[in-house]
Amino acid sequence: MSKQLLSGNEAIAQGAWEVGASVGVGYPGTPSTETLEALVAKDGIYCEWSPNEKVALEVGIGASLGGVRALVTMKHVGVNVAADPFMSVANTGVNGGLVLLAADDPSCYSSQNEQDSRIYAAFARIPCLDPSDSQEAYDMARAAFALSERFDTIIMLHETMRIAHTRTMVEVAGERAVPEQPAYESRPEKYVMMPANAVRRTLAANEREDALLAWADETPLNRIELRDRSVGIICAGALYTHVREALPEASVLKLGMTWPLPAGKIAEFAAAVDKLYVVEEACTYLETRVRALGMPVQDPPGGRLPRSGEVTPAHLRAAFGIEDPAHLPVAEGLPPRPPALCAGCPHRLVYCELRRLKAIVTGDIGCYTLGAVAPFRSVDSVIDMGASLSMAHGMELAGAGQKAGRPIVGVIGDSTFAHSGITSLLGTVYNGGTGTLCILDNRTTAMTGTQGNPVNGVTLAQQAAHANPLDNPVGKPLDLVKLCEAIGVDEVEVVDAQDLQAIRAALKGATSRTDKLSVIIFQAPCRLLDRSRRPMPSFVNCRRCGTCVKIGCPALGKDETGHPVIDPAQCIGCGQCAQSCPFGCIIQEG
Amino acid sequence: MAHNIVDGSIAVGDKTVALQGTRTILLVGVGGQGTILAGNILAMAAAEAGLDVKVSEIHGMSQRGGSVSTVIRVGEKVESMVCDPGCADIVVAFEVVEALRAQQFLRAGGAMFVNDEQIVPVSVNVGTFTMPEDAPARLDAIGAVRIDAGGIARAVGSPKSANVVLVGALSTALPFSVEEWEDAIRRRVPPATVDANLEAFARGRAAASRTR
Repeated sequence: MSKQLLSGNEAIAQGAWEVGASVGVGYPGTPSTETLEALVAKDGIYCEWSPNEKVALEVGIGASLGGVRALVTMKHVGVNVAADPFMSVANTGVNGGLVLLAADDPSCYSSQNEQDSRIYAAFARIPCLDPSDSQEAYDMARAAFALSERFDTIIMLHETMRIAHTRTMVEVAGERAVPEQPAYESRPEKYVMMPANAVRRTLAANEREDALLAWADETPLNRIELRDRSVGIICAGALYTHVREALPEASVLKLGMTWPLPAGKIAEFAAAVDKLYVVEEACTYLETRVRALGMPVQDPPGGRLPRSGEVTPAHLRAAFGIEDPAHLPVAEGLPPRPPALCAGCPHRLVYCELRRLKAIVTGDIGCYTLGAVAPFRSVDSVIDMGASLSMAHGMELAGAGQKAGRPIVGVIGDSTFAHSGITSLLGTVYNGGTGTLCILDNRTTAMTGTQGNPVNGVTLAQQAAHANPLDNPVGKPLDLVKLCEAIGVDEVEVVDAQDLQAIRAALKGATSRTDKLSVIIFQAPCRLLDRSRRPMPSFVNCRRCGTCVKIGCPALGKDETGHPVIDPAQCIGCGQCAQSCPFGCIIQEG
Repeated sequence: MAHNIVDGSIAVGDKTVALQGTRTILLVGVGGQGTILAGNILAMAAAEAGLDVKVSEIHGMSQRGGSVSTVIRVGEKVESMVCDPGCADIVVAFEVVEALRAQQFLRAGGAMFVNDEQIVPVSVNVGTFTMPEDAPARLDAIGAVRIDAGGIARAVGSPKSANVVLVGALSTALPFSVEEWEDAIRRRVPPATVDANLEAFARGRAAASRTR
């Protein structure tokens, strides 16, 4: 027994490890990523990154059927990708305990939407556990596997960013016990989801739902805290802590399990308080269901909570008529500081050229999404992983490029290409599509913290051992050129992403071949992997044209006279500015 | 590579500090400035003094030069992990523009310590925005304590210890003993840099004491 200060993700990894999870699998995605990174560092458990979340869940299902406990991790939008196996494993049930960690991101701190994963749990009719801090995340991770086996179902362990990335005190047992594994038996009636079996399994799911409904009213995961009975609030997750902060006297029904809801406890709580409220964020998941139970849910006296975005104690104070503390106004006249491509980033010169080409760019998910913001502003769309390539094809079908007189270019990263770009490319080739697709291969999954992926061949175990990902990978790296050729792409070219002239020539060539499908693989390692430096460049006879500054390098600014200035602390001597100078006035030595 | 998984182990000692209510400390800066290490030192000092602690970080973009923030709340029993406007007892800003950006979070009568350094964002470099010329005066007007953390760090021979200089300044506004802070620093910084960091802490503490 020891006390540790752990993030929700670290606590879940600890809990899963202690109760004998033997396989951990997932796809990196904020705010879920650190769970597997913490788990792989522990003894006696095997963990790996999958190419995408669907594959990850299927690996987890296989491990469960094979008789071991398995944890599968992903962010909320990853659950969409995994939804196909998820909806059917809800029918088959499990052998070894199977837990899906779904990490939501209210307010979209690092995401393209803020969907509530609990709706998937309700959709599939499988239990959803919802911790309020790291202690509960640890306790629920421990409980989830046994619960999975007891009710013969996959369990969703649901967290939001505030739970995943807040470190709180946890009492940790620190010892691992692996339950005895039953010998494998073929059970096609349970696991072969052909129609006759699927119908029978649906009936089994009905019975399971009844059993879970009864258990929901018994489990201490859902608890009534009676204080001042004039105000009663139903809440779960991080919102519970916000309610305790803002309304410490209020009575609370704290839901630790958010599917199925405890109908009896909700009715008991509603009867015990004068006014019943539901507090939640980014969704009306709970409110809709509590109202459907016939409960008299009221709107807060100060008005409804926001329909989107995180809810914090300040929102609760406003909704319940408590004065906000005095504070200074928001400061005016400040320059924004959004994230920017790093000094030396291999995506920068590609975006400079796409900007020059005035291309219609269908973009994708990763660091290179930053090509959408100043000073590039050269990405037209970002929807979901893989969409860049398939959307470019749809744009072509719409004739958008011809009408606008602009080339259409799809841009995708290496990990995202492996995640779901390959099938998109296949669709374009199969249907005789043409156009230009760029794979920005920076040899890593950069945005989430330089994880391994199928393109670089670096495994999660290797990552945990702090091996330099640019050295010999343990896994088998994907040969992008061979893959594209095998799929049937007309023209495949590998181009150094740090060579401006080569980038220009490749993009010009590809976009002029209007009757062909071209894939350009822009290759150069992410600066988070390759930390090498060269001497800082110098300026000779600078004409103050401003071109170099427009490449958006964080190390490059201007003085009052418009002369460029390099910040020696940030410059790594990559030479991108020297290449961009139209007059050759930036001298890069070494 | 990837994230540094923090060793969260803590020797929870006897309670040495009693706090009325919960204290909220907001650390703001620019990705890469060491706000996370500073937060860890504070969290460890508080936990080892027997207090409850919550540390909330916004991840994802921290290595891309964007604004970053960490909220640390300490007390007998900490509930929410969020800091709303007017709720920070102490703001520690690692950069001047970020200090102004965070001003509405400071409660009336709260303390603000600012590293007196400006980092120009890309939005200014490319000419879309300008730096606020009157930033130091605006900070003085709201009672912020400006500290030359970078200069002090260089003077103690460890330019990267500017974050620990700011921890020293912060320490003047919290009831933990110097020994508790020093112990937390020893356990959080690389062994070879312990002496320089302890000196950085002491000078940051002295600078804030002089100015306040």
